[in-house]
Amino acid sequence: MEGHAGTRSSLVWAVNLAAALMVVLWTVPTFGLLTTSLRDRDQIAVSGWWKAPFRSQQTDFVRAGTAPDQIAEGAIWVIAGNVLDKGEELLAWGTNSRDPGANAPGATVALPDDRTLSVAADGAYRLTSPTAFTETRGMRIFVTTISSPRFTTENFTRVVSSEGLGQAFLNTMTVTIPATIIPILIAAFAAYALAWMEFPGRALLIAAVVGLLVVPLQLALIPLLRLHNDIGLGKGYMGIWLAHTGFGLPLAIYLLRNYMVGLPREIIESARVDGASDFQIFRRIILPLSFPALASFAIFQFLWVWNDLLVATVFLGNTREQLVMTGVLREQMGSRGGDWEILAASAFVSIAVPLIVFFAMQKYLVRGLLAGSVKGG
Amino acid sequence: MEQFVLASGTIVAGVFGCVAWFWGSNMALDAVYPARGAGAGQNMRRAAAIRPWLFLGPAILLLGAYLVYPVLNSAWRALHNADGSNWVGMGNYRWLLADGKFHESLGNNMLWLVTVPALSTLFGLIAAQLTDRIRWGNVAKSMIFMPMAISFVGAGVIWKFIYDFRGEGLEQIGLLNAAVVYFGGSPQTWLVTPLWNSFLLMAVLVWIQTGFAMVILSAALRGIPEETIEAAILDGANPWQVFLRIKVPQIWGTIAVVWTTITITVLKVFDIVFVMTNGEWGTQVLANLMYNWMFRGAPDYGRGSAIAIVIMLLVTPIMVWNIRNARREMR
Repeated sequence: MEGHAGTRSSLVWAVNLAAALMVVLWTVPTFGLLTTSLRDRDQIAVSGWWKAPFRSQQTDFVRAGTAPDQIAEGAIWVIAGNVLDKGEELLAWGTNSRDPGANAPGATVALPDDRTLSVAADGAYRLTSPTAFTETRGMRIFVTTISSPRFTTENFTRVVSSEGLGQAFLNTMTVTIPATIIPILIAAFAAYALAWMEFPGRALLIAAVVGLLVVPLQLALIPLLRLHNDIGLGKGYMGIWLAHTGFGLPLAIYLLRNYMVGLPREIIESARVDGASDFQIFRRIILPLSFPALASFAIFQFLWVWNDLLVATVFLGNTREQLVMTGVLREQMGSRGGDWEILAASAFVSIAVPLIVFFAMQKYLVRGLLAGSVKGG
Repeated sequence: MEQFVLASGTIVAGVFGCVAWFWGSNMALDAVYPARGAGAGQNMRRAAAIRPWLFLGPAILLLGAYLVYPVLNSAWRALHNADGSNWVGMGNYRWLLADGKFHESLGNNMLWLVTVPALSTLFGLIAAQLTDRIRWGNVAKSMIFMPMAISFVGAGVIWKFIYDFRGEGLEQIGLLNAAVVYFGGSPQTWLVTPLWNSFLLMAVLVWIQTGFAMVILSAALRGIPEETIEAAILDGANPWQVFLRIKVPQIWGTIAVVWTTITITVLKVFDIVFVMTNGEWGTQVLANLMYNWMFRGAPDYGRGSAIAIVIMLLVTPIMVWNIRNARREMR
């Protein structure tokens, strides 16, 4: 084997390269959106995010001032202003859409009716006329500019304050935290009973839990909404907490039972011999030892509830004040389809918390996944 | 502010209520059947027979109300008209069989069912094999795994941006069209082009699920006995042969689990279609079709429920398979 050192090192290279390619493919979409959320909105619309760090050239028009803006300078009337935004440099300008780059900066051109227009290199323009202007709509000045990259956090301030995402963030928190904590306790007791207590029907119950794991959520929407209305719960937080608790329980019980069954029998037996009751065994021994499984489930449930759209759409109201972040995002995709600065910033606010949780607690997430699926094989 | 009081109140009340129930009911049981005095043995037996149900009580109640009851109720609603007032028998199902949108949805779901689990598992297997052999494997794994944490809606925004379209001649800001133009093609309106759009929506789910497949398959690959691999190498097998002939056959069981888990996700797929195309331009899927019948315009709970029952029936074989596996596991 050592004789193939050459082919082996080229294989190592190929593996590294292929892995790098996959990592790039899997991160580029998210990275593109993050970059976009930090760019200036005018630049987003005219150049791809991958060009964000470079200077970009663009051709656009601005409108000169109108009649109310004019001032008299001796015998002539003048409208003055600036065609450039911050960070832009003027390359060329024109007055006709067919030749938008006809004139160099600093040039003066004659217009019909003895008017003249000059645009200086710094963007200052002067429109003069021997007679008073009467326009209510300013004339178009075409400019070709080059702009340096502009990054800003403005998009984030905007979505959080005026797009209602701040309120939605609070709503998402309000939904998620109780819906993550409440199922854990209920599931832990049930899992202990299914793992360590002997009673008729236990195998059947375990099978039922495994079966309920895959029941499509869609099935539950209408019957539960009706049920909530009938018992006077209506639409609101109480209903969504209960719903998420119910939907999360099968996975919680399944994960916790699988974990608890694997705890050493001797500890539990010896505690029983010492006269500890089931309740004491659960509280003093099982619960502390099951921490990794509890953490795994907590992360699953947190991510699931935080990211959920369907349950929130159905069980919470749909007014602006009641929407969770996924709901706001969905609404924006419908109503502001092309405003990528809004969409990108909103999407990032909504996925920031799950990403932080993910990177901080990845170990538990992986453990939970392995406990939840590989066992079945 | 009010909602925080409500939320913290719920957490406290919920946790306190649970503890009070479990602790209190246990105390009550011990008081009714004390484990001492005359008949202590009989009392202990009785208490032991009742106690599991105290532990299981809240869970059974919630599972019953939030999962079992809805299944039965949906099955009942599917046999009734729009508002549940009249019995229509198999009417809703007959309507489904004749409905064009239903055919389209079923066809698309089948397309998803074939494509997404296959590609996710394949990419997951490749990623697992690659990242296990490099020094920065854990970092690479994290990056490929990351989309798991992103919501379907968030992923919808991310990918819609990639598929963005600007008129011909304009600067493309969507990555896909920019690439197409760079290689000399003309930009496409991807999401409204039938068939293309379905596959592009599937790409989003593959992107999310690959990390899941990778994590599980990577653990399985590491569990393969070293001897089998060493023996193959000594016999002169090249890396490809080792991978395809030695490793993959040994993890078929895990591959099946990954495949079925993703299959269930696919059958229920909703958010991605809902936010990216809303089932227009030939991308309709069952879950979204059901949502339309239940919540859009004039709701028809009968038809909506019938579609939900179809989804349930599609999931059932996997459910049975899972239960049988779990039971074998317990022996």
